[in-house]
Amino acid sequence: MAVTHTATQRLVDWLLYGLLLLCAAVTLIPFLYLVCSAVKTRATFFSSLFLPPGNGFLGIDWRGLTLEHFYILFTDPSLGFGRAVVNSVFYASLSSVLTTLCAAMGGYALAKFAFRANRLLTALVLASLIIPGSLLLAPSYQLIYRFGLLDSFTGLILPGIAPAFGVFLFRQALLHTVPLDLIEAARIDGCGEIRCFFTIILPLVRPMLGAFLLITFMGAWNSFIQPQIVLQTPEKFPLAVAIAQLKGLYGADYGLLMAGTVVSIAPVMGLFLLLQKDFIAGLTSGAVKG
Amino acid sequence: MNRQLSTSHPRWAPYVFIAPFVLIFCTFMVYPLAQSIVLAMQQTFGPKTTVFVGLKNFTDLLADRFFWLAMRNTFVYAVATVALQVPLALGLAMLLNRPKLRGRALFRLIFFSPSLVGIVFVAMMFGLMFHEREGLVNVFLRVVMPHFPREFPWLQRYVMPALIIATLWMSVGFNMIYFLAALQGVDRDCLEAADVDGANAWQKFLAVILPAIAPVTGFVVLLSLLGSLQLFELPFILLNGPGPENRGLTVVMYLYQYGFEVGDLGYASAIGWTLALVLMGLTVLQRLLSREQ
Repeated sequence: MAVTHTATQRLVDWLLYGLLLLCAAVTLIPFLYLVCSAVKTRATFFSSLFLPPGNGFLGIDWRGLTLEHFYILFTDPSLGFGRAVVNSVFYASLSSVLTTLCAAMGGYALAKFAFRANRLLTALVLASLIIPGSLLLAPSYQLIYRFGLLDSFTGLILPGIAPAFGVFLFRQALLHTVPLDLIEAARIDGCGEIRCFFTIILPLVRPMLGAFLLITFMGAWNSFIQPQIVLQTPEKFPLAVAIAQLKGLYGADYGLLMAGTVVSIAPVMGLFLLLQKDFIAGLTSGAVKG
Repeated sequence: MNRQLSTSHPRWAPYVFIAPFVLIFCTFMVYPLAQSIVLAMQQTFGPKTTVFVGLKNFTDLLADRFFWLAMRNTFVYAVATVALQVPLALGLAMLLNRPKLRGRALFRLIFFSPSLVGIVFVAMMFGLMFHEREGLVNVFLRVVMPHFPREFPWLQRYVMPALIIATLWMSVGFNMIYFLAALQGVDRDCLEAADVDGANAWQKFLAVILPAIAPVTGFVVLLSLLGSLQLFELPFILLNGPGPENRGLTVVMYLYQYGFEVGDLGYASAIGWTLALVLMGLTVLQRLLSREQ
């Protein structure tokens, strides 16, 4: 009896493991398909699903592969993809650093200081979490227009760097991890408020800081509607908008489109792989406990 | 007053730390929010010229069949994606949460990886995957089902299933992370007690696990509902707009078209408020339900 029980148990284990592998394959195959499509020539594009078969090494027709799409993307002046990469890096870096700083400072004030507006602000921050972003599209566009900030990076970045969500996250993190005694000891030792924040508080929430930087970086890198609305000059477009334009112009040139997509998602993937431990820890700590 | 809060600081200190946030928050969040109420009662021609029209935007909206079509599409999409992706995410998390599983961290990373791809880029990928003849999806279906037609016009006829498939690929792994965290919090003693009582896996799942993760499930359902009801980029890029016969027209896309293609920010704001009220209603409802439990 006991033997058959463990035998069925092992069979079930293997079946479930197989199911897991199947799910992993379903998740990864679109990536493989994307990369393969980006390096196939026009002649071999639809001749095979992934890489074209042939007589070469590993049974692949290596001559049917090309890096030409990437070359065209970066050298054809009318596409300006190099420019879009630079724009995306600039836009995502600057806005993630500013957003994180703004959120960490705001969260610190709400978590650790007794001052008159504290309760009101905390309530306001919480209440604003319920406002959907799409509601603000029209009025904030009008506001950016009135400030004369349309078609500028300032108009793109500035409205996004004060997220209530971030302030709330940092408030929660600081509330429980940083003891008040520590801050007061630093004050008695003559540490100024600003220095205290940068040299004592921020290092204590380093994992959270890393996770939030990464979230906001990816958010900006992947954001479409805001730059689509605010920016007008193609030279200023980040990748998400540039690739939408590319699709509009070269809708049938799949090799080119997939090469552009590879260029657009590879940096974020790489960054995530470098920082993934911080990220998953930070993501779940903020969301599930709160 | 809370004893956790500092009182020994210089008076200016908290104001300096909160100032950048408050300044930008009030300018770009509180003010536009108030302004959106005003805008919803105006008709505008671009951002400059505005005319007061009172509640006309809302009465027009109620009679606007494209708005109702957009609402219908959006709700069909939202209900279908949530109904499919929540069980799938939970299932994946259960598979990953088995004791002594080899390669757990790698699997978790793999399942999470699609969430790193921005929705615009997901749309780019699926634009080719749903190619009517040679796309990966059709080739795969032809292999699995020999009678599957040689041409299957996903993006011309079967827009909604295409959007749902793309969304599932993109977001199941993200929601899985929440369930994984919740499952790790399920009381081990309870599970062992169920084992002792001779409960099978399904009974354990229904009686112990499901109640324990109910709060997180509620949270994930709400979050995915709020997200999918604001669908815009996926159909906008995948179909280059609302798609054939407006089958991919969503509420936010309609808002975008009115506000930024037609130039009527007033009507766009009325659409925004209608959607916002629905979303807020859902949030309040979820809060009430979770409190009852």
